[in-house]
Amino acid sequence: MSDDHDDAQLSRQVRALETLLERRDLVDSRGIDQAVEAYLARATAANGARIVARAWVDPGFAGRLLTDANTAVEEVGASMRGGIQTQRLRVVANTDRSHNVVTCTLCSCYPVALLGPSPSWYKSEAYRSRIVREPRGVLAEFGLTLADGIDITVWDSTSESRYLVLPARPAGTDALTETELSGLVTRNGMIGTAAV
Amino acid sequence: MAFSPGDRVRTRVIDPPHHTRLPRYARGRIGSIVELEGAWPLADLNAQGTHSLRTEPVYAVRFRAQELWGSGDHDVVLDLWESYLEEAR
Repeated sequence: MSDDHDDAQLSRQVRALETLLERRDLVDSRGIDQAVEAYLARATAANGARIVARAWVDPGFAGRLLTDANTAVEEVGASMRGGIQTQRLRVVANTDRSHNVVTCTLCSCYPVALLGPSPSWYKSEAYRSRIVREPRGVLAEFGLTLADGIDITVWDSTSESRYLVLPARPAGTDALTETELSGLVTRNGMIGTAAV
Repeated sequence: MAFSPGDRVRTRVIDPPHHTRLPRYARGRIGSIVELEGAWPLADLNAQGTHSLRTEPVYAVRFRAQELWGSGDHDVVLDLWESYLEEAR
């Protein structure tokens, strides 16, 4: 799925549109660049990893995160505000009996502020069409083989909510600090295509 | 009509000529309400550039794979505007 090249086509379309808007003095290209750069400078998967690590070490925070994620993430300096509009964030927790994985079958909705720009495979038709239909098989292709007894929920972001998976804390990590724990957390773990 | 967590709902069978956020694979399917997410302008109208912003409640709705695909043992949760849904008896 990683050999999907939709991004190049999309980039050309965006550039063409931007050029037309500039010619008509409808937008200021420098203003757009500055806004995008400022947003992306803050939008990295380190934000998501910090949230996950805090949830692992602080059960109170984990509880707040699962009930009102937008408010809770601000405790670790993250925010769902900085984009065009504030998006609702919903965090879904993996357990030893349940696994969550996120997609957007209609386009490519993604918690960019917490995970950075999405990977090409997330936007590919193959991932989006197959994950809702045969998640167990797709996850196995990512190297994540789930036992038969584990219930899988696929979250298809079709409105204004964005989803972040809270992976289960790996065994044998009791001695690690919060910062060390955040280093274990991967982008794919927070999409649900990896265990952590 | 407003729905509560646990309510059984059926998605409408629609095939509009415009944008909609009710995916084809989930039309005419029975699911259950997980929670109310909030209220947002109905994307179907928004996308038509009519500026007739109609805000509706949006619900997370859980469907069994069996109901969507006729096979599978997983669940799929979609975010659906209230007018996509009707009570399932």
